[in-house]
Amino acid sequence: MNLVYLDNSATTKPYKEVIDEVAECMEKYFANPSSAHRLGVEAEKKIKAAREKVAAFIKAKPQEIIFTSGGSEANNMAVLGIVSKCDHIITTRIEHPSIIRLLQDLEKDSFDVTYLDVDCYGIINLEQLAKSIRENTKLISIMYVNNELGSIQPIQEIVSIVRSKSKKAKVHIDAVQALGKLNINVRELGADLISLSAHKVHGPKGVGALYIKEGLRLRPLIAGGGQEYDLRSGTENLPGISGFGISIGLLAQDFQNKQMQVRKLKEYFVEGLKDFDKIKINSPLGEKHLDNILNVSFEGVRGEVMLHSLEDYNIYVSTGSACSAKKGAHKNYVLPAIGLDAMQAEGAIRFSFSYMNTIEEIDYTIDAIKKILPFLRRISK
Amino acid sequence: MNVSKRIYLDHAATTYTSKEVLNEMLPFFTEYFGNPSSVHQYGREVKKSIDLARDRVAKAIGALPEEIYFTAGGSEADNLAIKGVAYANKSKGNHIITTKIEHPAVIHTCEQLEKEGFEVTYLNVDQYGMVSLEDVKSSIKANTILISVMYANNEIGTIQPITEIAQIAKEKGIYFHTDAVQAIGSVRINVKEQNIDMLSMAAHKFYGPKGVGALYVRKGVKLISIIHGGSQERKRRAGTENVPGIVGMGKAIELAYQNFDEHNSRVKGLRDKLIKGVMENIPYTRLNGHPEKRLVNNSNFCFEYIEGESLLLNLDMKGIAGSSGSACSSGSLEPSHVLLAIGLSHEIAHGSLRLSLGEVNTEEDIDFVLQVLPEIVDRLRQMSPLYEKVKGGK
Repeated sequence: MNLVYLDNSATTKPYKEVIDEVAECMEKYFANPSSAHRLGVEAEKKIKAAREKVAAFIKAKPQEIIFTSGGSEANNMAVLGIVSKCDHIITTRIEHPSIIRLLQDLEKDSFDVTYLDVDCYGIINLEQLAKSIRENTKLISIMYVNNELGSIQPIQEIVSIVRSKSKKAKVHIDAVQALGKLNINVRELGADLISLSAHKVHGPKGVGALYIKEGLRLRPLIAGGGQEYDLRSGTENLPGISGFGISIGLLAQDFQNKQMQVRKLKEYFVEGLKDFDKIKINSPLGEKHLDNILNVSFEGVRGEVMLHSLEDYNIYVSTGSACSAKKGAHKNYVLPAIGLDAMQAEGAIRFSFSYMNTIEEIDYTIDAIKKILPFLRRISK
Repeated sequence: MNVSKRIYLDHAATTYTSKEVLNEMLPFFTEYFGNPSSVHQYGREVKKSIDLARDRVAKAIGALPEEIYFTAGGSEADNLAIKGVAYANKSKGNHIITTKIEHPAVIHTCEQLEKEGFEVTYLNVDQYGMVSLEDVKSSIKANTILISVMYANNEIGTIQPITEIAQIAKEKGIYFHTDAVQAIGSVRINVKEQNIDMLSMAAHKFYGPKGVGALYVRKGVKLISIIHGGSQERKRRAGTENVPGIVGMGKAIELAYQNFDEHNSRVKGLRDKLIKGVMENIPYTRLNGHPEKRLVNNSNFCFEYIEGESLLLNLDMKGIAGSSGSACSSGSLEPSHVLLAIGLSHEIAHGSLRLSLGEVNTEEDIDFVLQVLPEIVDRLRQMSPLYEKVKGGK
């Protein structure tokens, strides 16, 4: 079997069309979009087109999209652009490190942070949210879809609770894992800020975006030449931005079919896992979890050993999230938050799909697990 | 006039990505697209290529690989250096020294810090855009924590006495940062010999890709990050690495210093020809920047009695891409802060033109510019009532 890439939540393979666009931009549209000459104007048009595509996909206005160098920068920009000292911030225990670690650092600096618990599905309790909102609450930052579990937060309800309790609190949504998987409509969601990343949707690495609701004022994270409506300085990564636009354009075609294909893959995989004993599916089928992520605990096996064994079959998966995978010092905090014990957390594997994966690849993967698992369990005893 | 031939003289704004660099990058979109933090082989392979790029960048400036932190570009590198040191060293002091002619990424960052209670001294420069070492020395106070002076100016090309300034900073125990975005590839740099603590770079100024840069941070410098999150870049810069970009930057900087002498002497020859031709053939013209201590690819002129914008437009119609001031501020009508700092009046600063050369330029390009530029300047001046008076007064 050729490469079976089931690590699409870590990063995706860019579309061929994206690569062609990036390459063409580097050669032909290389001018600085801020330059006044014709070449600069042509480059500026490329950015405009990409901005329109990204905006249209999430039903935003083009001027509400600010390009960044990725999801982590967008998250940092959203938080640091809004909060000031002594503000209260609400988030969850299962956020991406670019939110959790940022807020942990802010806590040392006289900010006050509330971390909401999640239930066994990885979903917050709306009552706890309502109770946590205070006079000085300035920001609620919650991820749309968790990167390890795929749990989907009820964003619309969250926003309406916040609006009913506070006039000044803003809502930021980290939608990096939701983009291209769920239908995102910024008007229906009602959030103030939304983070996006290109490399999770078959676009290039090194580019992302922050949706900023019209009228909301933000302090820039990177000061300088005043690009991106004075909100994000630095010569625009034109090939990256244009590539992002292309990937969104391709993703938007037949979007529903793509979503259905992913559902089929997950259903098929879950069905195939039925014969296995001592496993726990941490992201079951249903409304509460994204179809793109199947997180399974294989008890009695260390996830990392399992990962490398699958690698021998040319199957690529992940244990926790990629960004913390190598850091023994930073223990996984998401799986304990949904109540997994140490053994279950240690044996967790994340399979993450793209609509480009096939049923044959799932068959092959299940087959490989059948061969690997008994052996690994025997030796780990 | 046929504009099928385009003459690109705006290399200081950005360069195209060279074919060799692009080819080095492409496999990292197609084959090696993994996340470098992934434990599996797809991640590991990619990680190795980032290490190689880091080695190449480090080697080019005489640093250790572990002192190189990749960023999304020069502006982020400047922000990281200045905010990172300011916030991390608050207990030692709150005074920063910089100059009036820095890139906006430095100036605006310093202004932001001023609002937060930091104190910033903006040093004057002389008529050539040169900082005085005496001024540096006399502005140092007990609470000074950082001196940030750009290596070479993006508009007028003036190269500062970086080694001397860094020496002063070292003697006083103050961190020294330099924005070397314009200098990489045009100047030989050795951060160890020159005692530089931090240095900003941007790949797209030396035929590398856009969206990637780096900050060199000497081991031991106390600095906190501005983008928090995953543990990438040894915890100093979170976010999934822009792998193709980083790989491209490594290749580009290696090429820049491999071909250093040949490339720079050729560009300098063309640049000198251009300056000589302009100064000899167009009256009421001033060369901005230092006559010798300037970037080999930079020329910047002020033509009295005309508007830089109309000059640019006319050149553009002839297929010549130049710039008034720097690209990032060209959208604004404010005259360049750099030209004001070297003592030009608002009117004269408005008539400026920066022509910055690069690899693709030829003798014919320069000949063509020297043929059309005097005509355009003359035509625009004929429309200026002020110029009429000057001529009439003769």
